[in-house]
Amino acid sequence: MIDSLLQSLQDTSVASAIREGDSLFPWIECVHVLALTLVIGSIAMVDLRLLGLRSRDRGLVETTAEVLPITWTAFVFALISGGLMFSSNAVAYAHNTFFQAKMALLVFAGLNMLGYHLVVGRNASSWHTGASTPLKARLVGGTSLVLWIAIAACGRWIGFTINAPT
Amino acid sequence: MLRSLDAFCDRLSQSAVSQAIQTTEWVIPAVQTVHILAVAAVVSSILLVNLRFIGVRARNQPIATVMARYLPIVWYGLPILLATGTTLIIAEPSRSLQNPVFILKMALVLLAAGVTLAYQIPLKRDDRFWDCSSSRRRLARLIACLSMPLWAAIVFAGRWIAYVQSH
Repeated sequence: MIDSLLQSLQDTSVASAIREGDSLFPWIECVHVLALTLVIGSIAMVDLRLLGLRSRDRGLVETTAEVLPITWTAFVFALISGGLMFSSNAVAYAHNTFFQAKMALLVFAGLNMLGYHLVVGRNASSWHTGASTPLKARLVGGTSLVLWIAIAACGRWIGFTINAPT
Repeated sequence: MLRSLDAFCDRLSQSAVSQAIQTTEWVIPAVQTVHILAVAAVVSSILLVNLRFIGVRARNQPIATVMARYLPIVWYGLPILLATGTTLIIAEPSRSLQNPVFILKMALVLLAAGVTLAYQIPLKRDDRFWDCSSSRRRLARLIACLSMPLWAAIVFAGRWIAYVQSH
């Protein structure tokens, strides 16, 4: 049932064009890689601030205000380009273990961020310059960092384990 | 010259180190992952510096402060990129050394390193170099507008290496 839905996704004209074109897939992949480097790089700045390892001369609120708009903008690009690549070979991606792991890890990263906003981040504005961050904040930052590194690794492994679209 | 490069790539790919990498399945994706994570650190830092130059981020902070915060990440990232990149070359020499896109990428990297130094060196003498006049600020904006597409092109070229046939 799901497979037939995925099959009809990869039979759409957009998906077929990406699959059959000579250079469409690589160009979309380029956008995906650029977007994900900005997502991971920018979110790592926040994580390292949460851990108290970087930007200690600056409050957490200033750090997130500077960096998170970049994270979200880049995430939208990563999502669109990733969705387009997925569509070109949807059945095979959906059955790929590393793709499944990557999606699960993305959900965890989202939940981690939600948990931060709901529970940990309430007093964020009181973490002034130089103050060390509370243990909960460091846990959230460390978890996020590990999750995003694993997401990048899974993404790279997809490329080595999926059969090229034919 | 081209023939000797051919021979060099051949010899390198027959070496024990190269063979070891080629026959251990997880090494190349693992090294590529580290490479991409280092790219993430470098490109994001460069973007934050450039956005400060253009004046869309961290406007309440002096340029020197923003650069002191982010540029060390670029220079820490570079040796990691060189080490992982070299490992990938040793694993598959002709995939990169004989690939025009790889040569293009290296040229762009040198250019981008030059642009980054052009930002950094004047600040060594004068903390307010880029803040002190409107013509300096305009020049900084211009360099930022060159630097961002340059880094995007480096990332794009990196991915295209996998798709362009080497000679």
